[in-house]
Amino acid sequence: MEHYLSLLVKAIFIENMALAFFLGMCTFLAVSKKVETAVGLGVAVVAVQTLTVPLNNLIYQYFLKAGALSWLGLGEVDLTFIGLICYIGVIAAVVQILEMVLDRHVPSLYNALGIFLPLITVNCAILGGSLFMVERDYNFAESVVYGFGSGTGWALAIAALAGIREKMKYADVPDGLRGLGLTFMITGLMAMAFMAFSGIQL
Amino acid sequence: MSKARDVLLDPLFSKNPIGLQILGICSALAVTSKLETVVAMSLAVIFVVAFSNLSISLIRRQVPDSIRIIVEITIIASLVIIVDQFLKAFAFEISKQLSVFVGLIITNCIVLGRAEAFAMKNPPGLSFIDGIGNGLGYSLVLFLVAFCRELLGAGKLFGLTLLPTVSEGGWYLPNGLMLLPPSAFFIIGLLIWVLRSWKKEQVEEEN
Repeated sequence: MEHYLSLLVKAIFIENMALAFFLGMCTFLAVSKKVETAVGLGVAVVAVQTLTVPLNNLIYQYFLKAGALSWLGLGEVDLTFIGLICYIGVIAAVVQILEMVLDRHVPSLYNALGIFLPLITVNCAILGGSLFMVERDYNFAESVVYGFGSGTGWALAIAALAGIREKMKYADVPDGLRGLGLTFMITGLMAMAFMAFSGIQL
Repeated sequence: MSKARDVLLDPLFSKNPIGLQILGICSALAVTSKLETVVAMSLAVIFVVAFSNLSISLIRRQVPDSIRIIVEITIIASLVIIVDQFLKAFAFEISKQLSVFVGLIITNCIVLGRAEAFAMKNPPGLSFIDGIGNGLGYSLVLFLVAFCRELLGAGKLFGLTLLPTVSEGGWYLPNGLMLLPPSAFFIIGLLIWVLRSWKKEQVEEEN
C-alpha cells in the first residue's frame, strides 16, 4: 500500500508532467487564460489519463512486450516497435468513446468539457504518460495509480497557472512580453518552485 | 516561385511555430540542454513534418472529413516509428538521451497543426516546402535555446570546452540554473520579447 501511495505522490508533485517534464505544454499555455476552462480541461485530462495508461499497460504486457505473445504459442515475437501506433490509437479511441458516453449519459459534463475533449488526443502529457509507463515497466496496479497521479499533477499545474494569469491582467507589462512571453516566464518560475519537491526521496 | 519562397521562409521569423503559433513547445524545452540532442531532434522533426505534410496533401481529396484526424495521426505515427527505429539503429546514444521525446513527436502540435492548417488545403509540393519551413523555424528556436544553455551552463558547445570551468581548473563559474529545465522557459520568453520588439505586429492585444 505504501508503495502505491509514494508512487502517487511522486507522480503528482515530484515528477509533475507539466512542470518537471514539460509535457502537454501547447495546451498548457494556450488554454490557461481562465481558471474555469483550465479546471474543465484538467478534469478531462485526469479522466483520459486514468483510462489510457492502464489500457496501454494491458496492451503492452499481453501483446507487444518481447515474449508477451507466448499465450498464443508465439514466444519469440517482439512487437515493441509498433508500440507508438498502438498507444496513440488507444488514446484516440478512448477520447472518442468518452465523448460519446458523456454525450449520452452526462450531457452537463459533456457541454462543460465539449471543445477540450478532442484536443486531448494531441496532448503530449497523455502519450507521454503511456511511454513513461512502458519505459519504467509498471505493472497493472502501478499503471492505474500512475495514470491517475500524473493526470492530477497536470490538472493542478494548469489550474495554478490560470489563477496566476487571471491576476496578471492587472499588471503593466512591456509590449513585446505581453501574453505568451510573460506566460513562459511565469511557467519557468512555477517550474523552479516545483523543483523544491525534487529533493524528496520516497 | 516567390510563393514557395514565402512558404519556406515565413515560419522562420514572421510566423515562427514556437514564437507565435504556440506549437511544439514540449520538446523545445526538454531536449535543449545540449546542442547534440537538438541536432538529432531538429532533423527528426523536419523529416516528419515535411513528409507528413506531403503524404497528407496527396490524399487530402480522398479522406472523409469525419475520420481525417485518425488518418493524419496514423500517417504521422508511422513516420515517427521510422525515425525512432533509424535512431536506435544508427545513433543509439542519442536515442537513449532523447528517450520518450522521439515518440512524442507524434503529439508535437507542429506536425498535426501544419497538416490541418496547410496540407489539407494546398498541393503536395507547396505542403512539402511548408513542412520544411516550419521544421526549420522550430529548429532555429531550439538551436538558440540550446546554444545559451550549453554555453552558459557547462561552458561547452557540441561537447567542446569553450569556457574552461572552475572545477576543471579554468576561470568560468558555470551557471547551474542553465542546465535545469526552468531556464528554457526564461530563454524562450526572452527570445519572444526580442522577436516581438523587432516585429511589432506580433504583439498581443491588451485584454
